[in-house]
Amino acid sequence: MKYLYYPGCSLEGTALEYDASTRAFMQGLGVDLLELEDWTCCGASAAEATSHLLSLALPAYNLAMAEKMDGTKEILVPCSACYLNLKKVEKKSRKDPALLDKINTILKEKNLHYHGQMRVRHLLDVVARDVGPGEIVSRVKNPFIDLKIAPYYGCQCLRPYPIFDDPEEPRSMEPLIEAVGAKIHPWNMGGRCCGASHMTTKPEVALELVTAILRAARGADVIVTVCPMCQMNLEAYQKKISAISKEDMHMTILYLPQLLGLAMGLSEQDLRFDLNLSITKAFRDKIESAML
Amino acid sequence: MNPTEIIEIEQVSTTVPEPVIDSLAAIRDMVSACIQCGTCTGSCPNAFAMDLTPRQLWYNVLMGEKETIFHSKTFSLCSVCYYCTLRCPRGLPLTETMSALKQIAAKENLASYKKSIRFYQSFMESVRRHGRVREMEFMTLYFLSMKNPFMPLQFAPLGMKLIGKGKVSFEIPSKGNGALESIFRKVEALEQNS
Repeated sequence: MKYLYYPGCSLEGTALEYDASTRAFMQGLGVDLLELEDWTCCGASAAEATSHLLSLALPAYNLAMAEKMDGTKEILVPCSACYLNLKKVEKKSRKDPALLDKINTILKEKNLHYHGQMRVRHLLDVVARDVGPGEIVSRVKNPFIDLKIAPYYGCQCLRPYPIFDDPEEPRSMEPLIEAVGAKIHPWNMGGRCCGASHMTTKPEVALELVTAILRAARGADVIVTVCPMCQMNLEAYQKKISAISKEDMHMTILYLPQLLGLAMGLSEQDLRFDLNLSITKAFRDKIESAML
Repeated sequence: MNPTEIIEIEQVSTTVPEPVIDSLAAIRDMVSACIQCGTCTGSCPNAFAMDLTPRQLWYNVLMGEKETIFHSKTFSLCSVCYYCTLRCPRGLPLTETMSALKQIAAKENLASYKKSIRFYQSFMESVRRHGRVREMEFMTLYFLSMKNPFMPLQFAPLGMKLIGKGKVSFEIPSKGNGALESIFRKVEALEQNS
């Protein structure tokens, strides 16, 4: 298996461990990732809030560069916001040739042309459907039988394009979590919104949303995420939320490839557990007994 | 030009200017088939914080009530979760309509949305300069544009933690290599002609 790889800006900064663990995990599975050369920002949620055309031109620029690379027309994206921006161009340009022409007028500035051949894949889509739980089961070295995991999907890998999962009641992570021996924390918050960048501009609103998610996760040992924005919102404000709500809201938040990779015997160093912001002592103790 | 000055906004308007009326017509078309069922409101995670519910916002768009629309916080509270778009029984692009309203507010520099507008503009400025966003530069540009010396303090604890982990580093805003300058310019030119 081989994919082009688009890490996106967060994975070079606040989500370094998502990049490191994705690469290590995929390598552990024998999947080749070929990083897109000279990739640029997809526009995140900021482009769409300032210019519709720019929000299509930026991902299209990257897809046009990807199309020129040899080997595969599938591009793997771990960040849900990047995924949706690239996916939007894939979908819209197929449906609307006039729009594709307009995008190509812009790309001409860079001597590029997008032909509409790329297939954009979220990391979770690839792990759930191309790799599959069976492949993971066969590689598990440390089964996490004592762990209960709350799978958190967030919004943009599910909606508005339901490609690989149910957009209201997502379940694609469950077989993967069960593959490493862990149990699923039953909840209905998996596809809820974490507030995204409201955490910076309207914290009072985003804190409400995150509080509800953390509260519903009580009883689980870990919340697992597949998006840098979700991860940051869930892990970085736990102290503040605990103080406001007068409840203990501390909880370990991991990226999916960190959890699966650790069960497969990859090291905490390779998966960059040192970079997470909210690993609890209770979680550490359980992990250590599983690794004995 | 001093790099910190680039995203300065000279004037902030408090009244809703004339060109808004034209752009509002295009937005009305996006929701013209709205039947006012309220599924969007029932699905919105941020409705609790809004002054107009999403359904009420669409009503005002249909009626062309620009003063009401652009004095409401509602569209700026959309966190782009796409629940309303997914569930709308008329299949309307509601999340994109929220964004279209944000785009007007940004173009016209409407005062009530200063925080969000400058946040997004600072982000895009960093992308325009370097091709990729530099998280610390973008936040620095944001703080500078808000001209509030106490604002960085609010973010200092998390910032220090991220610096300690080596995830981000102090960055003085710089000009960059203009990696995406030609794309940004072309988009601006096309938008002016349309």
